[in-house]
Amino acid sequence: MSNQPSRLRVTNAGDVTQVSFIDRNILDEANIQAIGEEISRLVDAKDQPKLLIDFQNVDHLSSAALGTLLTIRSRVSGRGGKLRLSNIDPQIYEVFVITRLNKLFDIHETTDQALASF
Amino acid sequence: MPIPLPSPMPDAARFDLTSDRARAEAFFQGMGDLLQRHGYPEASKFAVRLALEEAISNAFKHGHKNLPASTPVRVEYEVGPERLRVHITDQGPGFDPSSVPDPTLDENIELPSGRGLMLMGAYMSSLRYLGRGNELELVYENPAAG
Repeated sequence: MSNQPSRLRVTNAGDVTQVSFIDRNILDEANIQAIGEEISRLVDAKDQPKLLIDFQNVDHLSSAALGTLLTIRSRVSGRGGKLRLSNIDPQIYEVFVITRLNKLFDIHETTDQALASF
Repeated sequence: MPIPLPSPMPDAARFDLTSDRARAEAFFQGMGDLLQRHGYPEASKFAVRLALEEAISNAFKHGHKNLPASTPVRVEYEVGPERLRVHITDQGPGFDPSSVPDPTLDENIELPSGRGLMLMGAYMSSLRYLGRGNELELVYENPAAG
């Protein structure tokens, strides 16, 4: 809902929209849904969007959050855009490895590396 | 109103969780403190939290799909220096875990759901569905225990 407080920090680096999270834990279903809707609006606002999702300070992530990331990936790709992920904590990266999603997402260690890859 | 969770949590307890997020959060925090007290490594807190989040989320989202939101999920746990055992019971019709497709297969990898069960299995020492498929038993062995 647009009248809810944002769960995201959104900045622009050139033509890249950079998103990071206010919450350390991305677990609660209602929050995940709100985050998904907010990022979807950002994706829809541009043609061929370049989106960087930064996970600095994120400690926990649920499978529902992974599902939302997949939905965002598909939305970005549907608009001819590019999606990068960065700064994923090693414990959370392990979750990407277990689910094999590290093969699907373009993941970079740092924000700068991710920005340079667009 | 449900009885508040004791703080600090005891080594064994049984209580109900509702969809009240604050109560679930108190349980996860209390469980993290318990694991620390019993000498589990830091990584165990991540593993257990992830599995419990997935288990409780599944109980409400799938188990209680057709039930009123206020329907409680029963949680029972017992923790010691060697292992943690958690039993989560929902009031739904139960399900067959073998009906969940493997989310890591190429044909399923882009599906947005179906990863909770495999993550629980990856992080827990054992995972068993009991009863009519509405009861889940999670066991986690302390990797630091001699």
